[in-house]
Amino acid sequence: MNPIAKAREAVTHSAHTVPNRRAGGHDTAPNSGRDPVLALRGAAVRVGGRTLWSGVDLRIGSGEFTAVLGPNGVGKSTMIKVLLGALPAAAGEVRVLGTRPGQANDRIGYLPQRRSFDASLRIRGVDVVRMGLDGDRWGVPLPFPSARRQAARARVDEVIELVGASAYAHRPIGQCSGGEQQRLLIAQALIRRPELLLLDEPLDSLDLPNQSAVAALIGRISHQEGVSVVMVAHDVNPILHHLDRVVYLAEGGAAAGTPEEVITSGTLTRLYGTPVEVLRTSDGRLVVVGQPEAPAVHTDRHSGGPS
Amino acid sequence: MMLAESGAPAWSWNLLTDFQEMWSYPFMVNAFRAGAIVAVVAAVVGWFVVLRRQTFAAHTVSAVAFPGAAGALLLGVSAVYGYFTLCVAAALVIAALRGGGDHEESALTGTVQAFLLASGFLFTALYRGLLEGPQTILFGTFLGITSSQVTVLTVVGAVVLAALALLGRPLLFASVDPKVAAGRGVPVRALSVVFLVLLGAATAETSQITGTLLVFALMVIPAATAQVLTPRPALSLALAVLLAFAATWLGLTAAYYSPYPLGFFVTTIAFAGYLLALGWRSLREVLSRRAVATPAAREVTA
Ligand SMILES: Nc1ncnc2c1ncn2[C@@H]1O[C@H](COP(=O)(O)OP(=O)(O)OP(=O)(O)O)[C@@H](O)[C@H]1O
Ligand SMILES: [Mg+2]
Repeated sequence: MNPIAKAREAVTHSAHTVPNRRAGGHDTAPNSGRDPVLALRGAAVRVGGRTLWSGVDLRIGSGEFTAVLGPNGVGKSTMIKVLLGALPAAAGEVRVLGTRPGQANDRIGYLPQRRSFDASLRIRGVDVVRMGLDGDRWGVPLPFPSARRQAARARVDEVIELVGASAYAHRPIGQCSGGEQQRLLIAQALIRRPELLLLDEPLDSLDLPNQSAVAALIGRISHQEGVSVVMVAHDVNPILHHLDRVVYLAEGGAAAGTPEEVITSGTLTRLYGTPVEVLRTSDGRLVVVGQPEAPAVHTDRHSGGPS
Repeated sequence: MMLAESGAPAWSWNLLTDFQEMWSYPFMVNAFRAGAIVAVVAAVVGWFVVLRRQTFAAHTVSAVAFPGAAGALLLGVSAVYGYFTLCVAAALVIAALRGGGDHEESALTGTVQAFLLASGFLFTALYRGLLEGPQTILFGTFLGITSSQVTVLTVVGAVVLAALALLGRPLLFASVDPKVAAGRGVPVRALSVVFLVLLGAATAETSQITGTLLVFALMVIPAATAQVLTPRPALSLALAVLLAFAATWLGLTAAYYSPYPLGFFVTTIAFAGYLLALGWRSLREVLSRRAVATPAAREVTA
């Protein structure tokens, strides 16, 4: 077992997150001696003959929590696909966990965008979580008790406990609410103790209290267990306190850095080429005004969803 | 379809003598053997069909079994070859029509299915050798299952089950959660093609017992019933096999001792099981809601 995983295993989970751990100030990519978890240099991507974004430079160190922001259709999910090796980068260099994308997928936990299970799907939450552990193995497990089986079961219980899904993990997953399903899916992504989590809009379909609870959970996993997190988000506010860096994608380019550097009127105006204003409310929330489709505003995609 | 020209056999309620009586006829032994094999294969494949929501594909494949069998008879070869050839071919066509998409080309598939059914009807009209017209192909029979047919069913069934034993876990992953499975390196597309071929083979097997129109009796109903009863994958798979097996053997027994066709019994028994399962589940839901409502009642049920 690698040292990171060991360290992660040693961590006991306390329920509280440190509100603003960026005060320590490792804002530039840390551990410059070691390979960064993620490194993009001049990366660009094309789908259907159209360049979505280009010239993206990004370095993410271990244990960092990064948000990918930008308007609908700008290519956020596509960026996740590039990191998984499902789509080649059109230009530039992309390194994930020290290798080419797709080579280290077994060390990555992935949560795709907007995935809800059919209400009639009769498979329990625990089974879906378990699939993350050994669902890709050929053959079927023998129905006899064994040490490996016991270890697998213990690990499943452990992650389910970690995300706080014990109460409904044994119900058919189709009967769980959107938020409950999302927690189970985060457990599924975590079960192999990944070094990198790629989460595509995990807060989608959650109500506000659940958004902050899940955001806190992901922040805790990232900072206490040393897992690097890349999270596509629609709204930066629920995760703002946990973030180490943000990447704003725009047609053509991108801006990456700490939230203080990037979410400013100047940077976003330059990036989008139209006047963008960033306002800070008295409770510390950010409101981005004038962006092609402001991510801080709740659009009707969220209304009427399950809680 | 009636067995009983030589005096109807009578059910005695003494299971031992009843089964001894049935199994004194080699064709009945063959029927029970074939039924057992087909029940297991159909239930296991059907469990994945229900989970993957591919019942329309299964329906199409089973509908093509009819022109397959009729065409084989017209060409003068055994119907067995017709079943397997056309079912597997249909499965491959469905896989090809899907292309890169996740969805079935349902309109096109339905169109081709209607045409093939019509062709099957034409073949039976041209052949004229079937005493009862297309009925036995459509609704199944247990008469005249030969030993060599049982051998073919066993070999093909063993291959299908072995393939599923090898592919089962990734197939389950790909069925429930294709995006994450693909991210983990599970060959989702290839698995879905292979599964359609297995579905074709299993449908060809099942058609020979239940008839092509009643394939669902063994392929979908037991699996659906099992999934109603429990959300545990291993348990519901085992239950599906058990239910399909019970429906087949009970159906064979009922068909032997009565003048009515086998397909009717197998389907009715399986359907009754499904209704009972639904009833049992809603009863349990009502009870557990009561138990939550009154804490005293909870102590009793817990
Ligand atoms: N396979 C494809 N072929 C052609 N175009 C595609 C393909 N996949 C995605 N696109 C296009 O690429 C663009 C980016 O898609 P992507 O899913 O990455 O957007 P996104 O930033 O995740 O948006 P959202 O916030 O809505 O999730 C979209 O305009 C989409 O239409
Ligand atoms: Mg997206």
